[in-house]
Amino acid sequence: MIVADKKPVEEIIEYVKDCEKILILGCNECVTVCEAGGKKEVGVLASTLRMYFANHGHSDAVVDERTLERQCDHEYLEEIRDIADQYDAIVSIACGVGIQFTAEKYHSVPVYPGVNTSFLGVTEQRGLWTERCQACGQCILAHTGGICPVARCAKRLLNGPCGGSSKGKCEINKDLDCAWQLIIDRLKAIDRMDLYEKFFNIKDWSTDRAGGPRKVAREDVQI
Amino acid sequence: MSAKTPSKLEKVMAAGHLGVTSECGPPRGSDPEVIRQKAELLKGYVDAINVTDNQTSVVRTSSLATCIHLKLMGLEPILQMVTRDRNRIALQSDILGAASFDIVNLLCLSGDHQSFGDNPQGQNVHDLDSMQLLWTVRKMRDEGKFLGGDEIKRPPKMFVGAAANPFADPFEIRVPRLAKKIEAGAEFIQTQCIYNLEKFEEWIRQAEERGLTEKCYIMAGVTPFKSAGMAKYMKNRVPGMDVPDDVVKRMSDTPKDKQAEEGVNICVETIQRLKELKGVSGFHIMAIEWEEKVAEIVERAGLLPRPETD
Repeated sequence: MIVADKKPVEEIIEYVKDCEKILILGCNECVTVCEAGGKKEVGVLASTLRMYFANHGHSDAVVDERTLERQCDHEYLEEIRDIADQYDAIVSIACGVGIQFTAEKYHSVPVYPGVNTSFLGVTEQRGLWTERCQACGQCILAHTGGICPVARCAKRLLNGPCGGSSKGKCEINKDLDCAWQLIIDRLKAIDRMDLYEKFFNIKDWSTDRAGGPRKVAREDVQI
Repeated sequence: MSAKTPSKLEKVMAAGHLGVTSECGPPRGSDPEVIRQKAELLKGYVDAINVTDNQTSVVRTSSLATCIHLKLMGLEPILQMVTRDRNRIALQSDILGAASFDIVNLLCLSGDHQSFGDNPQGQNVHDLDSMQLLWTVRKMRDEGKFLGGDEIKRPPKMFVGAAANPFADPFEIRVPRLAKKIEAGAEFIQTQCIYNLEKFEEWIRQAEERGLTEKCYIMAGVTPFKSAGMAKYMKNRVPGMDVPDDVVKRMSDTPKDKQAEEGVNICVETIQRLKELKGVSGFHIMAIEWEEKVAEIVERAGLLPRPETD
């Protein structure tokens, strides 16, 4: 899923402090799972803003709440078509994708981010999410035992580990697993250490961020 | 192994002599006198001098510019290049720039992570990793081609090396990893500082078993301790460093005013023991901000005079 983290409320207040009518817009998907932008967080943020306005002589400000199934699909974003224009600002607490799609769709309404979109990752345990994928556009997991050095090695080494790997941990942080230690452990477990011995040649990064904004166009499923 | 490049370091080792290198860290400023003074201390005592590339991710004068200063002094530099700060365009371009000054030694590294340095908020590049950089230089030299496939007019003639840390984890892949570096193009290796001699000897033995010491010159890395504090710091704080307890104890048991001397003694003893070890082709003496001690270490270790090459 796409993992996001809440923005400090002070930053959000800076964006909307002069507005009369604000919509806090949540999303029912990834950001709900990572507890940064679902219905519950919409409620908390709306209450906080109401309290701020009440304490700052601005109690007539209206803060409404809404959570869509998704903000990355036309279909669900259409649900606020009739009301979007009433607001001076929409604070979207979906991921960066949802925030932008909302802004694209409601061209004349200011849309502000209420979260920092962090990475593509997993829920390791309640309250702990960690990165797994950087969407480089050309998956190499078949060669690395199903563990990605692009996302999980601080130097994204394709022929790791570096000399800083110590007792299974990364040189930049003792709490961080060395991706290449994980890869080697996994290759051993699946009896494929032969893969480690292969030199991994230069990667084509044109499918990564480096190649500019990307798209996937699938004619077979287009209507 | 016969020499394939104009590198003096390569010629020395190809002739069967033990090679000796040291290093010169560029200054945090633009005064070339600092470089010249450091380099002057090494003249006549080493075959070539490594010039570090923004080591520990702290901004310094560029490695290439510093190499040019050494070259102009009649010394032979080893250009260190990390893949942290430049993409494949800049790396190839700097290789050509170095070759235009007839800099003939290159050491390919990934570089310390930028979080250790003075710009922890910066991006890192890592378009290539250190092994892919080795492969790139060898392609440029041996095929006379850019990565893009076009021909290079006057290709770089460089003796190409890499670093190896026999002590990092996991130990069982340290020799396979060396094999990979050699397959990617490494012709010489400079190792991490050696204090755990038994572990190093085991690594060399395994490398020899795989025939790797026949394909590549292994230069054993040594660093003299200035003090017991430095020994403890390197043991506990420097990632990938293996300093056995008895070495730390030997430094701590020495009176403070004699510790620097004892550090040099340990270094000289290490070289003397490893000189006899099959598979060791030379020594890389990293006297960190202590260049004035290199001459003494080289002399006491019996590595003088440095052989002449044509």
